[in-house]
Amino acid sequence: MSEESNIDIYRRRFLSGTASAAAGLAVAPGVMLTEVANARPADQAVTSEVRWGMLIDTNKCDNGCNDCVSACNEEHNLGGFDRPATDAQWIRTVTLKDKQTGNVQTLPLLCQHCEHPPCVDVCPTGASFKREDGIVLVDKHICIGCRYCMMACPYKARSFIHEKLQDQMPYSPRGKGTVESCTFCVHRVDEGITPACVEACTAEDHNAMTFGDMNDPDSEISQQLERYSSRQIRADLDLNTGVRYRGI
Amino acid sequence: MKQQEFKEISGGKPFYMVLGFFGLFVLAALGSAWYMEHNGHWVTGMNNQIVWGMPHVFAVFLIVAASGALNVASISSVFQKTAYKPLARLSGLLAIALLVGGLAVLVLDLGRPDRLIVAMTYYNFKSIFAWNIILYTGFMVVVGIYLWMMMERKMNRFTKVAGFSAFIWRLILTTGTGSIFGFLVARSAYDTAIMAPMFIVMSFSFGLAIFILVLMGLYNWSDRPLGDSILFKLKNLLGVFVASVLYFVLAYHLTNLYITRDHGVEEFILLNGGVYTSLFWIVQVGLGSLVPLALLYSPSTGQSRGWIGIASLLVIIGGLAQMYVIIIGGQAFPMELFPGKEVSSAFYDGVVGSYTPSLPEIVLGIGGVAIALAATFVGVRVLRFLPSSLADEAVDPHYSAREAEATA
Amino acid sequence: MTKYSFITLILGLLLGAIAPVIAEDDAADGNSGSFYIPEAQRRFSEAQGCVEPTDEMRANHMEYILDQRDATVHEGIRTKQYSLVECINCHVSDAPDAPRYESEKHFCNSCHTYASVSIDCFQCHADRPVKTSRFNSRPRIDSHRAGDINTTMPEQLNVSANEGTGNE
Repeated sequence: MSEESNIDIYRRRFLSGTASAAAGLAVAPGVMLTEVANARPADQAVTSEVRWGMLIDTNKCDNGCNDCVSACNEEHNLGGFDRPATDAQWIRTVTLKDKQTGNVQTLPLLCQHCEHPPCVDVCPTGASFKREDGIVLVDKHICIGCRYCMMACPYKARSFIHEKLQDQMPYSPRGKGTVESCTFCVHRVDEGITPACVEACTAEDHNAMTFGDMNDPDSEISQQLERYSSRQIRADLDLNTGVRYRGI
Repeated sequence: MKQQEFKEISGGKPFYMVLGFFGLFVLAALGSAWYMEHNGHWVTGMNNQIVWGMPHVFAVFLIVAASGALNVASISSVFQKTAYKPLARLSGLLAIALLVGGLAVLVLDLGRPDRLIVAMTYYNFKSIFAWNIILYTGFMVVVGIYLWMMMERKMNRFTKVAGFSAFIWRLILTTGTGSIFGFLVARSAYDTAIMAPMFIVMSFSFGLAIFILVLMGLYNWSDRPLGDSILFKLKNLLGVFVASVLYFVLAYHLTNLYITRDHGVEEFILLNGGVYTSLFWIVQVGLGSLVPLALLYSPSTGQSRGWIGIASLLVIIGGLAQMYVIIIGGQAFPMELFPGKEVSSAFYDGVVGSYTPSLPEIVLGIGGVAIALAATFVGVRVLRFLPSSLADEAVDPHYSAREAEATA
Repeated sequence: MTKYSFITLILGLLLGAIAPVIAEDDAADGNSGSFYIPEAQRRFSEAQGCVEPTDEMRANHMEYILDQRDATVHEGIRTKQYSLVECINCHVSDAPDAPRYESEKHFCNSCHTYASVSIDCFQCHADRPVKTSRFNSRPRIDSHRAGDINTTMPEQLNVSANEGTGNE
């Protein structure tokens, strides 16, 4: 099982601490290239040593590009019912036109995975919670569907499931009467793989999205955040979001 | 003043007819709750932009009114106004009934109402909603005990303590209800400390208006005398509360009008918000506040029962409109994520959220009112909540002195 | 003893006598009568059918599922032994015409209908295996991307165009 060999490989790399040669990537599928800090065996709980974050360079976002949105919809089977007002949307592209200057830009907007999420504060049952590694999730086992988190989210990131669903993806359970939002593809992140939106953006060579561990100074995202100025949307709310933007 | 006598209302066919009438609305509400839960919320008007709709307008209104309905009892027990003492039992009963009605609507609208047990066993104590669950259920217990102290002669000496506890509890409860909105930083219409006291004063106003109507209705229906003395005290008090609500609304909007950042939402509510603007000016301020004030205090209409009833009804309608503007208008106005930019997306960013109340939602909301009224009706039939007479001679402590003065 | 209680006693004794016979019939012959248990696609090991002995699973599978769900959702523990996805992978066929969760022929419902215990797992969870290519050529976090990291602000720090692959 390739999954088991990955765990062994994670452990070996952790012990040796060396990066593999280029050949490693070219040859075998599933060979790990993840930084040592991202290696986490399946039976180990997440810790706050890692903080997952995303950097979006809006200068590289084409007006009209929807690759990240399509990838997300496909990954989680968010297929709509042709009812845009009630269909779920985990990531969306927003077009901004400056009222004063007329400048137009697009950017993707998703759950910001705040450090101090208002949605987590207001959830009466604690279903909306922040994992130790910074990913904000909904525990749909205890969500009662009150939608208070949707009232509280400053980014309108959450969606309520308004109808009975079928054919859910096994790693992305979702059902009628509960609230959901972008999970940073937690099922992929836990295996050391980038979220679907980032993968699509990179695969199409736009390279607008970077995902990684913000607590690791050597990760790509940390280096970019340190080198170039970035900001949070609604920074005045002091939520310390996990998603940062350049070019807004 | 002779000893107040409490008696149940009579039963029989007329009683069951009225109860059946309420029961129809309750059944309809249960049916629409099942319809919404079975098909999913897409059959309602609520969507990902307007997540709380008519059921919440009704539910929050009933819950706010519930805490206000207890006011009359508080005035007698806490503020020691003996003239209100005969009304205290009905006040407690109405408070519990309204709360039950409001909670029923709230719970039946949940996405997963089958998880009510989860809501009562998993608590996130940073959430004001979680505190409200405890406050609401506790309210029923506290008022229940208060009623017991009042209605059992042996326990009468504890009435004051129980009344005081109930009074404090309902202040905390209504503060919690207002804070549901006040604590939300995301939306321009919320995120303000004035929500809590405004809701408290709203509770005084709506609760008393409902109390007056229920009182007049019950006494009319059971052919018991209701004297002017008590009724005019209540209607004058209602006028004070309506004016206070108007003051808080004024303070809220004036403050927002001063702050440039909030001009958008103010323009929306006060000027170009379509249905929200009409509801605010015509129904909430006009019909719901100014007209009742005129009716209640004008010498010609203020002394007439019919007009007092109409004024109370208008206050209630104005209250529902106020809830609609706060809850739905507050959600409809788009959140300001990018100041200075025109925003558009496939997820309705930057546009006013559109919401049309659907029939199942309205039926559910009205069902909550029916539950409250039915519970009150059954209560006064089964137990001794209602004084046999609220005529002036029975109620007015200074009646004999005034009579003597008049005839002298 | 009155007439009716006597009749009731006789009927009760008769029923008590035949009941073990009926029950035994169902238990011994797994798929006979109205109680149908679908066959799993795989075995856990030669010795054991499921991840725990069958009797143990019958009695306590809900405990394992409940514990695992909290561990997975809140702590990111994704061990496979008690994972619901793995249960489905073994116990439910992915054939297009395989029964869905509402049918009595679905593995979970076959017993739950009989036991009259309603479950709501499949309102959210997939009720059949779905093949996903998760480990083949999926980009790893912090794997190097071809091309420049940054092309928008060349007047700032030197950006080395990273050729090739491998970690920095």
